[in-house]
Amino acid sequence: MAIWCTDLAIDRWRLAEGTARREGLDAAPLALIEDTAHGPRIAAANPAARAAGAAPSMRLTDARTLCPALAVRPADAAGDLAFLENLALWAQRWGPWSALDPPDGLLVDTSGVAHLFGGERALIADVLALLERRGLAARAALAPTAGAAWALARHGPPAVIQPPEADPHTFLADLPVAALRLDADVILLLRRLGLKRLGQIEGLTRENLARRFRNHRSAAANPLLRLDQIFGLRPEPLLPVVGVPAPLVQRRLMEPIRHRSLLDRVVEDLATDMARLLEGLGQGARRLELGMWKVDGEVLVRRLEMAAASRDPAHICRLFAARLDDLDAGFGIELVRLRVPWAEPLHLSQADLDAAAERHGTSLAACIDRLTVRLGPEAVRCPVAHASHLPERAQRWQPPLADLPSSQEELRFHHRPLKLLDKPEAVAVVYETPDGLPRQFQWRGQLHKVTRAEGPERIAPEWWRERSTVRLRDYYRIEDEAGRRYWIYRHGVIGDGRGGAPEWFIQGLFA
Amino acid sequence: MIDHAPIRDPVAPLIALAPGLVRGIGASARTPRWQPGLALDCPHAELFAPARDACGAGMALALARDALRLQQAAEVPDRRPFLWVQDKAALRLSGRPYLPGLPADLRHRLIHVAAATPEDALFALEEGLRCRDLAFVIGEIAGNPKALDFTASRRLSLAAEKHGVRLWLVRLDARRDLGAARMRWEVAPAPSPKPHWNAHAPGKATWRADLFRAHTFHPGQWTLRDDDALLVAEPAATQSSSAPDHGDLVHGSGDRSLATG
Repeated sequence: MAIWCTDLAIDRWRLAEGTARREGLDAAPLALIEDTAHGPRIAAANPAARAAGAAPSMRLTDARTLCPALAVRPADAAGDLAFLENLALWAQRWGPWSALDPPDGLLVDTSGVAHLFGGERALIADVLALLERRGLAARAALAPTAGAAWALARHGPPAVIQPPEADPHTFLADLPVAALRLDADVILLLRRLGLKRLGQIEGLTRENLARRFRNHRSAAANPLLRLDQIFGLRPEPLLPVVGVPAPLVQRRLMEPIRHRSLLDRVVEDLATDMARLLEGLGQGARRLELGMWKVDGEVLVRRLEMAAASRDPAHICRLFAARLDDLDAGFGIELVRLRVPWAEPLHLSQADLDAAAERHGTSLAACIDRLTVRLGPEAVRCPVAHASHLPERAQRWQPPLADLPSSQEELRFHHRPLKLLDKPEAVAVVYETPDGLPRQFQWRGQLHKVTRAEGPERIAPEWWRERSTVRLRDYYRIEDEAGRRYWIYRHGVIGDGRGGAPEWFIQGLFA
Repeated sequence: MIDHAPIRDPVAPLIALAPGLVRGIGASARTPRWQPGLALDCPHAELFAPARDACGAGMALALARDALRLQQAAEVPDRRPFLWVQDKAALRLSGRPYLPGLPADLRHRLIHVAAATPEDALFALEEGLRCRDLAFVIGEIAGNPKALDFTASRRLSLAAEKHGVRLWLVRLDARRDLGAARMRWEVAPAPSPKPHWNAHAPGKATWRADLFRAHTFHPGQWTLRDDDALLVAEPAATQSSSAPDHGDLVHGSGDRSLATG
């Protein structure tokens, strides 16, 4: 069975606004727009806008000339997809498997389930009635293959059912070639060849078509493959949507609690429950969400993320303890719920005995969790190499315990400083113009006489991502008379046509 | 006749010190002298360094590698990560660790913590010391923050001794205040030796290190050089080590030896 939500984006916007169809904001022309390289483009338009001439994939400026009163709202493609995923899970009420058909369709496998709803006609009526009650405009069709159902839902009569005894070749012969789920350029090609209906394609010799499309391997570009799929001569596997419920434990409290010690006790109980639940699933939590419903209806949510999967109740309690300090319980909390939106497989392992844990200290993951909870995820990181010539871009930061990306080793003859200043600091340098060695420089109010220097190591700007006016850098390793070793650079050379006299910066400190 | 304690073997008995036991300051000629590659019973050392250069961090890393080398002689190669904690002032003054400039064997083992305040930095240091999966911990704290008093310093010492994780705490531009570290160094940069191929270029990292307070070693001054394979120490050339100049050692009441009251 194929379901096509004809106006998914508009319907979803309308439901979020809470207006009925063709009333309120929906009565006036309105379009959802997305930003493209060529300016705003219409992603979806409501019926009033469509009647006024605005069509999807039209530029907004073109549509405004046709319909000056057009109101716009931003489109939310990711939200639509998430909504469709939920809808696909919901659609499993009509069949054991359902698959997404982005951007606005669903495919449900209803083989052998129609009698549960009192026949195929009653099934499809049920589908349309329930979707209508949810406020979604939809079309549906039933057919023996997914391809045929898709074609009938979009291009057939409403709520059509392809009977099993009918010959599919004649039943589907009147559908347009667009029903084949082909790319736009292939449809255009078929139209230029004069092939407008499925029956016309079938009338041709198969070898001729096969030769015409012999280089088109993907099904979306080859009408023969699509025809075979519609008639069930070629398998078409669907990727089913499987709902994974997030592990959840909660406590309803007889008396609303207002004190921290009681709340700590409840969190401890929840963590123990959650540990038991996760242990049964063979999983450990990576992200935890603690929701607290207050008596006055407000919800307080505290989230935390862990460096490695864990279900240790003591560890979870300790991490949450730091997050609960700024809580305002108001008139009291009556429901506490702990959810695990992100879990990872974690096998059973020998638990640390208490004395052993005390003596051996914490594990690395627990240590990083504690640091992250107090200092924030941006504060605890480890450096990784990045492919770039510019020193400050040559290292990036990622969370610890993440996998190292592959990288090329630093060249051995490059001397790089132990520490890099976050922002290179300007220094006043006396040097042999135009491009000689530095003699002395002033930095942070102190004069350094350069006794030894090596350079320049010229690092050119990365022309493939920077503007053409960026100046090159000549790096020097220097040592002053006290033995302090620095990495300084001259930004540009005299007469390079990219600015005035070059400036000097200090960027690195050698050990 | 007073029976002096027997002369200690410089290596063996120093390892078997019970945690929490403070060895008195032995300023006599019988106490051993520090040298690189010596097993230390002191897991917490402080390095006072200027913030204008990276000599404090560089020497802390060199000492840490020296200690790791000693462990690795027996065991399998150590791939544990290490923690480097900096507070905001230290980060601003002396910059952030730079991956291509780190020693090759430590390069991918760094976990960096940028703490906003000295309190957060001390918390991170203590959490790091309690972690059994860390090879060592390096801290950089600028100045003399109020949070880093004797109690905080003692907490770090105890945590380090209890869990056997070493801590090198670099104090940037700091006064020598009260501290519980068993070894306290003053670090300054020193002119480097001339490289083999280009005599005008800066050479291997070199520091002038002054061990001004140690519980188990004789104070002294050295010129330390980090050759890639090992740490090389030469006696300081300028001052005679037999009669160290204590002129700048006693710096207010904060620097008094704790053992002598």
